[in-house]
Amino acid sequence: MDKQGFFGNWGGAYIPEVLHQTFQELNAEFTRCKNDPAFWQEYVELMSTYSCRPTPLTHAENLSRHFGGAQIYIKREDLNHTGAHKANNVMGQGLLVKRMGKKRVIAETGAGQHGMATATMAAKFGLACTIYMGEEDVRRQRPNVFWMEKMGATVVPVTNGSRTLKDAINEAFRDWVTNVDETHYVFGTVCGPHPFPEMVAWFQSIIGLEAAEQIMKYHGKMPARIFACVGGGSNAMGIFKRFIPESNVELVGVEAGGHGIATGLHAARLSGTDASPGVAQGYKTMFLQDEDGQMKETHSVAAGLDYVGVSPILSDLWEKGRVRFESATDTEVMAALDLTMKKEGIIPALESSHAFVQAFKEAPQLTPDDAIIINMSGRGDKDIFTIAHAFNDPSWKEFIIKRGLEYSQEK
Amino acid sequence: MQLEQQLRDRLEKKDILLMTHIVLGYPSFDTNREVIRQMVENGVDCIEMQIPFSEPMADGPVIVRANQEAIKNGIRVADCLAFAAEMTAAYDIPFLFMTYYNIIFKYGEKAFFEKARACGIKGFIVPDLPPEEGGSFLQLAAEYEIAPILIFAPTSTDVRMRVLASHGRGFIYCVARRGVTGVKSVIGQEVVEYLGRCRQATSLPLAVGFGIQDRDDVRALIGKADMAVIGSQTIRLVDEKGAGAVGSFIAGLR
Repeated sequence: MDKQGFFGNWGGAYIPEVLHQTFQELNAEFTRCKNDPAFWQEYVELMSTYSCRPTPLTHAENLSRHFGGAQIYIKREDLNHTGAHKANNVMGQGLLVKRMGKKRVIAETGAGQHGMATATMAAKFGLACTIYMGEEDVRRQRPNVFWMEKMGATVVPVTNGSRTLKDAINEAFRDWVTNVDETHYVFGTVCGPHPFPEMVAWFQSIIGLEAAEQIMKYHGKMPARIFACVGGGSNAMGIFKRFIPESNVELVGVEAGGHGIATGLHAARLSGTDASPGVAQGYKTMFLQDEDGQMKETHSVAAGLDYVGVSPILSDLWEKGRVRFESATDTEVMAALDLTMKKEGIIPALESSHAFVQAFKEAPQLTPDDAIIINMSGRGDKDIFTIAHAFNDPSWKEFIIKRGLEYSQEK
Repeated sequence: MQLEQQLRDRLEKKDILLMTHIVLGYPSFDTNREVIRQMVENGVDCIEMQIPFSEPMADGPVIVRANQEAIKNGIRVADCLAFAAEMTAAYDIPFLFMTYYNIIFKYGEKAFFEKARACGIKGFIVPDLPPEEGGSFLQLAAEYEIAPILIFAPTSTDVRMRVLASHGRGFIYCVARRGVTGVKSVIGQEVVEYLGRCRQATSLPLAVGFGIQDRDDVRALIGKADMAVIGSQTIRLVDEKGAGAVGSFIAGLR
């Protein structure tokens, strides 16, 4: 980091004055935590007892054989409590909230995984909890909404703007400026104003720390390439961070290609040419925006990747050429998901499946002596409605129709 | 003439000034034109014109909706600049731009200042640009003699207020309470004490905004601040009763 909160040209803290004081306090507490080895120990302890850390690194032998190139390893963030890497950041910030003595947490959520994790943390730590979620995402991710509410959180559907992740973030900020004294905003990804990008990357770096040890143990050397999907970028930063100094490890971020880059219906910030530098949601990065600086609509089958901005840390790594960016279309994602289920009995989330797409494209270019790691950021169970719909699954449809009929008769 | 002096001259004749707010292009420039005419004819002292942005983080539902509708109607930044030039030529009160930093950043800071000066704009209010991130912005503001209006919040410490005041010109915009625009504020003891702290921190005129909606609110600020800011309330009024209702509303505020 260069200037306060900047990574090269990107980052900063473009925040309304009402939040200035609370950011001072947050920065001070975060700095204390970073410099206190006991804090990290407490965090690791919590993650190994309340979640499933260390998460396994699975050798996908069937997929490796199928592609006949590199050995494919899958980092199983899906085996975290609540089913995704989001728990890492949330539990870390939960410990921070306890130290700061705040009584209420709020969060934005796209896919619902961050909201789920935050609702879980709030229940465990006895905090009030409100989750902001775009109306469009509420519809796409109904199971997560159900669980969040069951755990005692209030889920507020956001009807402004494009009704997706960015709008949920705006609404969470509006709550925060209103209730700043008692409330902490558990930012879900490596975006937003400083110190969030650095803080979230720090908590998520546990993924890469484990993966480095595991790959050395199973494969005896560093991997050739690591693949991670990139929405805001938290799972990618989580696995990449440890490997940034390893110059022989190629880091590949995979963005949402949606219906294809040429259609304009995508969320490719760094892999396409549609994004340009901008400042919104409290930070400077590459945004999908028009010439006036108005944010564009994005599209992805995966709610968690459907976002106009991207981590300032990743913009910096992109600019410096340390991370390569690719994109995967909705159609490719469904195919990769299908193959992974059939070959390995593993169900990646639609978000994570983007990383699988690119890994499958590149695995044949490498030799069996090489290893690649796919960061499987979350599990696909939450996507059952979307996936069943995309597969046009007849027996699932029949089930929904029957159940719908039952419910309508109850009325 | 510099913004601060313009306001001080007006304060010679009035015990409190009025600043109003419009969202450019909402519901249309024609309506904006009529609303501004009625505002000026009924004694408004200063008008902030908001250039719409797709992510208005510090605004409440009324202004958020106005921003979205304006963008949906195809309002471009260039249209807003042209409209601003028309207004400053027509009326002898100071006009300001309120917008989010990305609009200025994307236009190019220097180009934007140059254009705004040519349009006769006297000041900028940019709620998501704290002085820490506004180095070049503040420099250009001095160079182009456009007042950067800084914001005090109830959460600002005395020390912080002095830092902000040292960068501010024209006046200080004191946010009456925590939160976003458009929710009624009660001018009680807490606000009075806060405004006392604001007064201690700066010799610049104090404007108070966020939730100032009626004559009682404006009167309560006399002697404690120099200018009352009416924002969401006139947008609400135009939505409900049309531009024709603005004149009598403004006239009834003082």
